[in-house]
Amino acid sequence: MELVELNPYLWEIPRTGNMLVPGRIFADRQLMEKAREEKAMDQVMNVACLPGIVKASLAMPDIHWGYGFAIGGVAAFRMDGGVISPGGVGYDIACGVRLLKTNLPVPEIKDQLPALVHELSRMIPAGVGRGGNIRLKQKELDDLMTGGVSWAIKRGFGRSEDLESIEDGGCLEGANPDLVSARARQRGLDQPGTLGAGNHFAEVQIVEEVFDNEAADAFGVFKDQLCVMIHTGSRGLGHQICTEFVKTMGGAAARAGIDLPDRQLACAPIESPEGHNYYAAMACAVNFARCNRQVMTHLVRESFQNIFKSPSERLGLDLIYDLSHNVAKFEEHEVGGERMKLCVHRKGATRSFPAGHPDTPVRYRSVGQPVIVPGDMGTASYLLKGAPAAMTASFGSTCHGAGRVMGRRAAKRMIDGHELKQRLEAQGITVRAGSTRALAEEAPEAYKDVNKVVDICHHAGLSLRVAKLRPLGVIKG
Amino acid sequence: MKSFETIEHTADIGIRAFGSTEVEAFENAAYGMFCLIADLEKVGARLEFPVEVEAEEEEHETLLVEWLNELLYTYESNGVILKRFHIDELGVTRLKGVAYGAPISESPVEIKTDIKAATYYQLRVEQSEDRWVTEVIFDV
Repeated sequence: MELVELNPYLWEIPRTGNMLVPGRIFADRQLMEKAREEKAMDQVMNVACLPGIVKASLAMPDIHWGYGFAIGGVAAFRMDGGVISPGGVGYDIACGVRLLKTNLPVPEIKDQLPALVHELSRMIPAGVGRGGNIRLKQKELDDLMTGGVSWAIKRGFGRSEDLESIEDGGCLEGANPDLVSARARQRGLDQPGTLGAGNHFAEVQIVEEVFDNEAADAFGVFKDQLCVMIHTGSRGLGHQICTEFVKTMGGAAARAGIDLPDRQLACAPIESPEGHNYYAAMACAVNFARCNRQVMTHLVRESFQNIFKSPSERLGLDLIYDLSHNVAKFEEHEVGGERMKLCVHRKGATRSFPAGHPDTPVRYRSVGQPVIVPGDMGTASYLLKGAPAAMTASFGSTCHGAGRVMGRRAAKRMIDGHELKQRLEAQGITVRAGSTRALAEEAPEAYKDVNKVVDICHHAGLSLRVAKLRPLGVIKG
Repeated sequence: MKSFETIEHTADIGIRAFGSTEVEAFENAAYGMFCLIADLEKVGARLEFPVEVEAEEEEHETLLVEWLNELLYTYESNGVILKRFHIDELGVTRLKGVAYGAPISESPVEIKTDIKAATYYQLRVEQSEDRWVTEVIFDV
């Protein structure tokens, strides 16, 4: 495979074979050396073969080997002749992160931290297939999937101003609950407000460093501030929707005469019945995922109230932002000097819209959209801002995390979950995990250095650093 | 002959299962998948779940993914860990079988890995010499 260095942070795989566009990977030389050994490069090339793809098949610096699309992949398709792919969104539709800020400086509440982490782990249901305290009726699930977060707020889970800090105001239009199967519904009925397992977490964090005072002020962030980050998605409901559509779209691709380089890239023309149906079902899962994080936010606020004996509004706990990093969206971008509506797939990538963009929330329009990058549990997470260069270089996208470097089995072989827990606690990080073996899979050494991934995005101009957050308490399934 | 082995993958995990017949390789793929989820020695098998899946394409790779995803659905929606698998019929586009297991709440085991789905990526059902081999990568 030929690889051309376009600049110190961008590499190109020139078009070969059935590729319609080149592949482009944002990385420095060192990350590129590692990444090129992986099958992720083949996956970037396979995506470049899908009909209607424009400009390039992209990968962010946290790229790693996935199934179908590489993780960290971004691909945009023209509406006319382009495709939409459930595999390009993934099983955990609208998996994402949200960040809450408090007005509590950590040094003042340090003694209460262990109790707080314990309370959060008591209040937030976590673990595989674990249901929550809410059991929806079918009609309520319909309302949730069409209404998005405003449904949750009407039910008493959160504050009306939360809506201003969520992508699309908390509701992705175009959701049609009739396209969500009985099985997907069954899996979702008791799961709003549940964490799940795997790499999902709730973390109590401290703002360790502020890089950009103007943006930090706009986001309401200050040094030593206590924050809470939530990372989860659409749970069983999203998994089931993806499973069903990957199945039916194999046939749809064949009927449309699309020769798939990998069956997991199953797709359908955007403007086809299958394409429309997938989007409408996916939108239901997007709204479900946001409601899941919203209900969890409510549980976080209640936990704080229980520990600090004060109304949550007095403690802050305002939502900075909520974003999804596994999603397909219709957006306008410039391609070859022409503005076009495109279907942008982000599979483990974050939207990174700059100041002035109409989709950047009004409250942040002068600085840019907040970009939240969760790192591993022992290192750091980041708050960034969207940047103008992203609009020309990556369809307004940046990284979504650190990116794995070690397989799950390898991590379990090398790392003992109990020792890891002790090591983290020695670093001042309280850990509450349902499974210590699952904890080992998520050890810091299984991930790339998040600092470096964020630096590359910063230098490539995809997103700019605002603040660094360090974990103090970790809750996992 | 060992029944299965794991396939290393950076973010996810896969299994390669073996059998003297195709049916056995399918049953072992299911067993391998649940071995990734939990230690099955301590799990009971008092409950019985009939499983029936169909595929649009006439290829057994699709049936393998359908079979495994059906078992994952049974596991999550019923809150049960499955440990024994029996396939009665493996037709061109249809599979009928039974899975046996016990409620998670009755099982003194830790869930080791959360598997979201069986994917079509690098999927393989093949007969090589005297045995059948199936390969699947899971989204974790």
